[in-house]
Amino acid sequence: MSTLVAPSAPVPPAPAAALERGNSLWHDAWLRLRKNRLAVFGAVTLIVVSLACFLGPFFSPYGYEDQNLDLGASAPSAQHWLGTDTLGRDLLVRLLYGGRVSLGVGLAATVVALTIGVVYGAVAGYFGGKLDAAMMRIVDIMYSLPFTIFVILLMVFFGRNIILLFVAIGAVEWLTMARIVRGQVMSVKRMEFIEAARSLGFGKRRLIFRHILPNVLGPIIVYTTLTIPGVMLLEAFLSFLGLGVQPPMSSWGVLIKDGAEKMEEFHWLLIFPGTVFSLTLFSLNFLGDGLRDALDVRSSKD
Amino acid sequence: MLRFFASRLLQSLLALLVIITATFFMLRFVPGGPFTAEKAVTPEILRNLEAHYGLDKPLWHQYFDYLGSLAKGDFGPSFKYPNRTVNEILGDKLPVSIELGALSLLVALLIGLPLGILAAVRRNTWVDYWGSTLGMMGISIPTFVVGPLLVLAFAIHAGWFNASGWYTISDRVLPCLVLGIAYAAPIGRLTRGGMLEVLNQDFIRTARAKGATELRVVFKHSLRGGLLPVVSFLGPAIAGILTGSFVIETIFQIPGLGREFVNSAFNRDYTLVLGTVILYAGLIMALNLAADLAQAWMNPKVRLEG
Amino acid sequence: MLNRPPFLVLAALAVLAGCKKSENTGSPAAGQTPGAQAQVLHLGNGTEPQDLDPQIVTGVPENKIVNALFEGLVAYGPNGQGTVPAAAARWTISPDGLVYTFYLQPEGRWSNGDPVTAQHFVRSYQRLLTPSLAAEYANKLFPVVGAEEFYRGQLSDFSQTGFKAIDPSTLQITLKRRTSFLLESMKHYAWFPVHIPTVEKFGGLDRKGTAWTRVGNLVGNGPFILKEWSMQQRLVADKSPTYWDRAAVKLNQIVFYPTENIETEERMFRTGQLHKTNEMPLDKTDVYRREQPESLRIDPLLGIYFYRINTTRPPLNDKRVRKALALAINREQLVEKVTRQSQIPAYSACPPMEAFTSPARLSGDLDEARRLLAEAGYPGGKGLRKIDLLYNTSQNHKKIAEAIQQMWRVNLGVEVGLMNQEWKVYLDSQDTLNYDLCRAGWIADYVDPNTFFDLWRTGDGNNDTGFANPEYDRMLEQALNAPTQADRMAIYAKMDALLMDEVPIIPIYFYTRTYAMNPKVNYPVNLVETPNWKFIYLKE
Repeated sequence: MSTLVAPSAPVPPAPAAALERGNSLWHDAWLRLRKNRLAVFGAVTLIVVSLACFLGPFFSPYGYEDQNLDLGASAPSAQHWLGTDTLGRDLLVRLLYGGRVSLGVGLAATVVALTIGVVYGAVAGYFGGKLDAAMMRIVDIMYSLPFTIFVILLMVFFGRNIILLFVAIGAVEWLTMARIVRGQVMSVKRMEFIEAARSLGFGKRRLIFRHILPNVLGPIIVYTTLTIPGVMLLEAFLSFLGLGVQPPMSSWGVLIKDGAEKMEEFHWLLIFPGTVFSLTLFSLNFLGDGLRDALDVRSSKD
Repeated sequence: MLRFFASRLLQSLLALLVIITATFFMLRFVPGGPFTAEKAVTPEILRNLEAHYGLDKPLWHQYFDYLGSLAKGDFGPSFKYPNRTVNEILGDKLPVSIELGALSLLVALLIGLPLGILAAVRRNTWVDYWGSTLGMMGISIPTFVVGPLLVLAFAIHAGWFNASGWYTISDRVLPCLVLGIAYAAPIGRLTRGGMLEVLNQDFIRTARAKGATELRVVFKHSLRGGLLPVVSFLGPAIAGILTGSFVIETIFQIPGLGREFVNSAFNRDYTLVLGTVILYAGLIMALNLAADLAQAWMNPKVRLEG
Repeated sequence: MLNRPPFLVLAALAVLAGCKKSENTGSPAAGQTPGAQAQVLHLGNGTEPQDLDPQIVTGVPENKIVNALFEGLVAYGPNGQGTVPAAAARWTISPDGLVYTFYLQPEGRWSNGDPVTAQHFVRSYQRLLTPSLAAEYANKLFPVVGAEEFYRGQLSDFSQTGFKAIDPSTLQITLKRRTSFLLESMKHYAWFPVHIPTVEKFGGLDRKGTAWTRVGNLVGNGPFILKEWSMQQRLVADKSPTYWDRAAVKLNQIVFYPTENIETEERMFRTGQLHKTNEMPLDKTDVYRREQPESLRIDPLLGIYFYRINTTRPPLNDKRVRKALALAINREQLVEKVTRQSQIPAYSACPPMEAFTSPARLSGDLDEARRLLAEAGYPGGKGLRKIDLLYNTSQNHKKIAEAIQQMWRVNLGVEVGLMNQEWKVYLDSQDTLNYDLCRAGWIADYVDPNTFFDLWRTGDGNNDTGFANPEYDRMLEQALNAPTQADRMAIYAKMDALLMDEVPIIPIYFYTRTYAMNPKVNYPVNLVETPNWKFIYLKE
């Protein structure tokens, strides 16, 4: 066992006999993460934004649907900190409610896409051959089917349902993830330390999940942080098709889309949602980078 | 090698058949048809319309008719634009989308690759932070915001460009820039991530220890492996970029294929939907094949299988 | 170092901008709209035309182009109203109102030089009515003797129908019954002639979508001829050298742009690429009002924005509930604060027009609305199931629905859910009565109340509310046979009153058409957006 943890092995093939060692791996990662200022900043911001979205509305005197037609669109003021939209609704509270939707969808759909994509890509990449060919042609097929038609059909057969939102988004977002993971796994699986682990007779599942995947974590994390904004904006397209949030409720994607059309007249309707959206994504990204670095054992040896 | 290609071709044809079949039948189960209109046509007129287009035949009959004409290279007439065939529409618009896509891709690669490599090599320095920030801006500001903003700045206020159109060389600048930036961001991020994986590996340490220059380390030793994730990403991304972008083509009024992908579905233009899907599927499969080949070339440990 | 790529791109941008001026392909350069001397009109036209065959097309953008390339027997006058001679120089109507005789322009010419003859008209109508052509507007000709029978295949000899070429320049049309709005409806392009030899040359009379409408092939009798048609880019029409009234045509060229995105269209107007837009983004309207009112045009448009009610579904099968909903909308506030384009609040089913202003009115105040709802068994909205309001996806429909949703909640205590669907799914839901309440609009086909009242006939393809009232159907029939115009309008007034009592629809507002236009353009207002291009020009 210990020979495997020799300097040539990129990742200590952990657990089983070396539970302690495994613990210290995560512990070390956590320590490293805490030292990364940007990652900490990202994590704190994310927590603040999420808390604001889930608790903030309780402290607001306005509801997301309360209109004031006489007021109409108004710039930020003491009554409405972020201004109001064209129906005179408070933008701040709409932004917070919208955050619940967007963060929820972003998280859930990304987890769906991530799980399917990683497992699928790893299996295809590891086993290769006919299985890989069949699995990758299925990915090609999924890429090619007309998405609009697919979503409309989903709604026709299952009604409008929040679960469908995740299905629809998950169905497209895992594809590229699967291809990336597959490519990485194929390049890693023939490296010496994997061959060594294989020769020790470890099970395939263990090889894939314990030995190979940790070594391709970098691109997975990077691509995940790339997926989340896509998912949030895709939600806006799906509400165009009638799936997704129903007005008067809103989401960040929908708010940004609306704001983009009014950017010249009522700039705050784009600037605030856009800023919160960007800030969240920046934070996620810094956290992602930090996580990647923290989990990368090799770099710690520098 | 020959066997690899033959097998891949066969697989792709099979996949294509599945795609065509699934799309064909999915389209027919979606509510609304090509002749559904706000001012409803009378039932007898609708019957005549359906007869005119052969939609009154049994579905399986239509399906085999379609496959038959497809085998002859005929994608059929468009329902929405009765005096154009799908072949003609695709033939007209594909070159525009390819031009838009190729130029944008060039912008994306010219910005994304150097930025990503530099960020990885100078990791955790200001270069990296600024690169990341720029990249994240590219990702988090959607094209439907960037596009109009650039038009306001450079077309309306500066007066340098037309607000839309696809007539002169100058009309290419803004759309290609917007689309290019949108793709530069993920390319840059993935490049950085991929390069980091490689730069920490032992053979790089060895090379460095042996006194190889930084340039040599990057270009000779790391680039091949480091670009692996980007290549996986680029397969489908290039297929997407070459077949046009709905948002960009709509904002800039560009007569490309991207709008047809979305609008043909909304119009229930059965034949045009199928035409665009087949084209896209062909590209996806060709480019994923190219990506597989590139991966095999970049990393000798990857073997072409299947 | 890192910041360099963007700077490089900016530099490249500037260089390219510099060389732009040398590349001129005829589109107006940014910032400069060609002046009046050139008489070239650039206008946003909404969408890409489906086709240019007047017997095939169905949309407003197509209508505008087809009116440039073809000409019907009669047309709208210089101020966008009334009836002036077009392909027909004059006409007579028999005393019983059944026989129309048209005397064609002696100088009438097709764009290939052929004279326009009565026979062309008769054969064009035969083509439109040929079932295998499957023309969507074939039923426009059904008032004529034998037309419907020929279309249905019950009559195979077209010479038995009411279309007759008495001699090359005299066309006689015999109607089944008096149809007082016939001349109005003849301004619709379904009545336009096509050049039969050309249509035959490119594949036959009963084939759709042949190459005859392509550049170089198309032969028309209108004031303009087709010069260029680049799909999704532009369509260029030049002044016709063979048109009989060419001396009156002032424009030398019209360039139609398929401007699908209205924000883009408005930006094109600001860079000077367009003289006239097709629409105006809602939020831009106030900016134009404030900053350049001379470029803002708000024209009346003969149409109604309304909500359909599914009268077959409880609790909406109770007319008291329907009326309560209809009364609880503050239309003045909606129009003033939400839609903002000078629409007219609607309290009846038919917009006002010269010949008819409906005296019927949806009447009652908020108390009446609450009383009706309570009477129906839902005091303060209690016990009422959740009702869904369906609309097709669009910013404006959403905004209006959100405002009305709030009015119903505040005024009646009724909770209404909003539900949007993609266009064709929405049309299908409407058609199959798979909705509770549903946003809808209707723009007149011709300037006559009939186009609005026809909708609510039992089983009409556009009724889609489940509303069926024998008394109403009887009156509709009666109106068509009414001996005088005044009698007819009196019947329509009664029908409108009946509708406002039964409330199968909730009228909301009467449309306007809002767009940006260069003040130099002379563009008469037309209630159904049918331009007569020879009266349109650029002022000095």
